[in-house]
Amino acid sequence: MKVSFLKIISFCLVIFTIIVFFIALNIDKRYSTENIIGKKIDNFKIKFLSHDQNFENKDLSNDKYHLINIWASWCLPCKKEHPILMKLSNEDNLNLIGINFKDKKKNANNFLKDLGNPYNVILSDTDGTSSISFGVFGVPETILINEKHIVIKKFIGPLDTNDYKNILNVIYEN
Amino acid sequence: MLSNTGNILLIGSIVSTFLIIYFTYQSLKERSFQIKKNIIYWSFLQITFVIASFLLLIFAFVFSDFSLLAVYQNSHTAKPLFYKISGVWGNHEGSMLLWINIMVLFSYLFFVFNNKTNSAFSLYTLVVQNILILGFLIFLIFDSNPFFKILPTPIEGLGLNPILQDPALAIHPPLLYLGFVGSSIYFSAAVAAILSNSNGKNFALSIKKWVLISWSFQSLGIIVGSIWAYYELGWGGFWFWDPVENASLIPWFCMTALAHSVLVLEKRNYLYNWVLILSLITFISSVTGTFLVRSGILNSVHTFANDPSRGLYILIFLSLMIFSSFIIFFKRRINDQFNLNAISKETFILGNNWFMMFYLATVFVGTIYPIFTQVLYNTNISVGPPFYNQVIAPILIPFLIFMAVGPKIGWVKSKFITYKPFFIIIVLSLLINFLISYFLKSYNLISNLIVISSLFLILHSLKDFITNVKSNSYLNLASFFSHLGFGILILFIVLNHNFSEEFDLNIKVGQTKKIGNMEIKFNNLKIENRENYNAVIGDFNIQDFQRNYLKKLNPEIRVYENPQTLTFESAINSNLKQDIYLTMSNIDGSDFYNIKFQVKPFMLWIWLAAFLTASGGLVRVFLKK
Repeated sequence: MKVSFLKIISFCLVIFTIIVFFIALNIDKRYSTENIIGKKIDNFKIKFLSHDQNFENKDLSNDKYHLINIWASWCLPCKKEHPILMKLSNEDNLNLIGINFKDKKKNANNFLKDLGNPYNVILSDTDGTSSISFGVFGVPETILINEKHIVIKKFIGPLDTNDYKNILNVIYEN
Repeated sequence: MLSNTGNILLIGSIVSTFLIIYFTYQSLKERSFQIKKNIIYWSFLQITFVIASFLLLIFAFVFSDFSLLAVYQNSHTAKPLFYKISGVWGNHEGSMLLWINIMVLFSYLFFVFNNKTNSAFSLYTLVVQNILILGFLIFLIFDSNPFFKILPTPIEGLGLNPILQDPALAIHPPLLYLGFVGSSIYFSAAVAAILSNSNGKNFALSIKKWVLISWSFQSLGIIVGSIWAYYELGWGGFWFWDPVENASLIPWFCMTALAHSVLVLEKRNYLYNWVLILSLITFISSVTGTFLVRSGILNSVHTFANDPSRGLYILIFLSLMIFSSFIIFFKRRINDQFNLNAISKETFILGNNWFMMFYLATVFVGTIYPIFTQVLYNTNISVGPPFYNQVIAPILIPFLIFMAVGPKIGWVKSKFITYKPFFIIIVLSLLINFLISYFLKSYNLISNLIVISSLFLILHSLKDFITNVKSNSYLNLASFFSHLGFGILILFIVLNHNFSEEFDLNIKVGQTKKIGNMEIKFNNLKIENRENYNAVIGDFNIQDFQRNYLKKLNPEIRVYENPQTLTFESAINSNLKQDIYLTMSNIDGSDFYNIKFQVKPFMLWIWLAAFLTASGGLVRVFLKK
């Protein structure tokens, strides 16, 4: 067998890919909910929906609970959970942050115009990259963090009345 | 009882597979290349065992035998019979059994068809294919056994995910499996061709039919999957560049390239090495795709249970497959002589292969890139439609033009003699494109160019067809269907992409809302009890004043009990011009319903064109010249 440069390169590439796959198999998945609970929220930097400035960790206040809700106008279950978010927006002790996920600005604004805007801050993650650091694997998803920015709870799928009660219990516990 | 019978059948399959390998090996070692009676005998037993175990599993699902874990987790007594059966391959264990069935079936048929002409080659193919089968059987028995028993036997099962309870999705996995699992046979044949020093032409003849069959089924499987996504997932798209979709597209690119270059090998005895490589990587990419999907290292809408131990087994198996096949390939180097003319069919087919490899590389890199960034930099990124659209769309333009010209070029050496029709077709394409964008709606430069080149392909194919019929000369119906179909497909996808409209609104029973020239009226709402779910059905009238028509649409919200799920069923009114697409969802604590209303032009044409493209392969297989 003749050994050529091309063969060595391709051999190394294949080996490299297999090793990466192997490591990926054993990697601790961010996607699983348990792993991010109890940890401080990752650093993030996401644009506002309405203008081009960024919202970062340091912009989160230190005196309230925060509820980060990831939603999109194209997502049917998001409409289903919307009334719950509207009810939650009346709570003084809770800051609602909406992250609009892979969406068009116009559709997002129409959605809020039709159904009401529960959010204190609306951010836009047009390509879906920033939401991944919250361990998001679908919309809607909701993350409750406390005033120290530690993740308390994560809700996958639409919020229901039970989740609503749970959230109220948590934020009025102390 | 049933579990034991199933396990016995699986052990029978393993034993017969092992014996086939042993007896074939003996025959190869003696260099007699004799096909002994016992090889035929055990092959027949093997296929009987494997099919029997599959039928037994179907039986368990049909009669809801919940003593099997796979049945308990994926079925329910209240499910209609059809979905009880499709539940067999709606889960990891059952689908692996289907996988093995197809490998064995293809192995058996290939052996039966080829053992008379070249016994050394078919014996080598048989032994390689059976080593693959043995690997998957071991995996099935120890890690994904569909006959795994649970005690005590539950009274009721957990049910199949409602979005999978759909006719299109019931046939989607078997079609796709016939495609990419079927490609295992030419993987084995390629290894066998190298080991038995088989000549290129014979190799090409023996695999050609199998390449076309698997290509056609792969295409059909992909189409049926997108049709399902279109009406079931409820947001009106039909292709999302989801990792699982990509995993089915990558082998499709390989098969398309192979289906073309195998002709060069057959007619001219060129490109032997390249055809061998393509045959090897088709199945390798299929298994890689399976690894990515089943191990759970990629996230996607497809809901197979993820299990890293499963992933590890497939990864080890995959690595063994890649290294052993390529070591064999490089050791017995077959020398290729090249004498290609710039204007010849060979060159154009090679061109097709370059395009396919480009698309393959793009999709492959896009699919695995997130895994690399996660492992190497610990950052998560997602590669979405914009990446694929931007990279792939511009390259479609030269590709479509190549596709138009290629079939007319002769073998060995040819000339462009007909400049006149060529220019007439270009002018005609430009004109039609201009008319579309002038009268309907203008679109961007890339879309313009793609529309022009796809029109060029369509018109060129039609012209060739007409001149061939007139002069009564030889007509390649298969390539005509596939190329014409592909041209129409791309044309309508681009038009659909540019002309689709989408509206979102909230509406109450009795209300009427106006959108542009259209009016939507929500007449009433009723609730029906169906076999295994309750349906909330909306009754809508859509009236278009400009075109003066009235359509009735009934979208549904389905409430499933087992497992408890809501699904939103779209109501679609299709005609040749456009689809009107309506989905409805409830808003908690309010009388309003949220409606997503879409007008999507030419959807029916997209499906028809896709089927036309896929039909080319079957036409070639079943219609003799």
